Amino acid sequence: MFALSDLPLLEHSLVQSLNDPAAGALVTFEGRVRQQNQGRAVTRLEYEGAELLAANEFQSIEAEACQRFDITQLHCVHRTGMLEIGEIAVWIGVLAPHRGPAFDACRYLIDELKKRLPIWKKEYYADGDSGWINAP
Amino acid sequence: MQVEVTYYAMLRERRGLSVETIQTEAAGLGALYDDLAGKYGLPTERHHLKVAVNDQFASWENSFASGDRIAFIPPVSGG
Repeated sequence: MFALSDLPLLEHSLVQSLNDPAAGALVTFEGRVRQQNQGRAVTRLEYEGAELLAANEFQSIEAEACQRFDITQLHCVHRTGMLEIGEIAVWIGVLAPHRGPAFDACRYLIDELKKRLPIWKKEYYADGDSGWINAP
Repeated sequence: MQVEVTYYAMLRERRGLSVETIQTEAAGLGALYDDLAGKYGLPTERHHLKVAVNDQFASWENSFASGDRIAFIPPVSGG
């Protein structure tokens, strides 16, 4: 399951969304807004996403993960809008019978998400400048 | 034909709007982008960008149909 959210992510309720008596392992990843990037002081971030396209592309990533790894459930939410330092930007949780596939699938999901999902990050810097990351 | 074009992030800012309905005779998605890039000062190097039609990624060589929703996708930076 995938969603974009313009509201702060609450780790507690995200964890509760994953529930499977057959699962002996839950691995979660939380991406947070950090206060610097490439030597520049960052004051906040803005994320923009193409919701339906992102949901469709995530379905492909999810199908790949389920084929490669023995997992039973997963949930991913990515923030949009303005975020302050320390806020959760992306949250991924994976349930599996055993820990190995849960770790591996979680790593696969975040790596593919960063490469493939149509989501964009704009950094706002302490010197007043701002810019979209990776913009040509 | 008439299509709906969506711009995201840096392309949205450069174009000055998110969504517009346009009339075009362009032969394919690449030609359509090149027309708009020339008209509105968008980046001319298309290989950095991707394109989607009706919420699915597409190829620049693809053609499109009247009523399609076309989105231009700058390099992504989620996570």
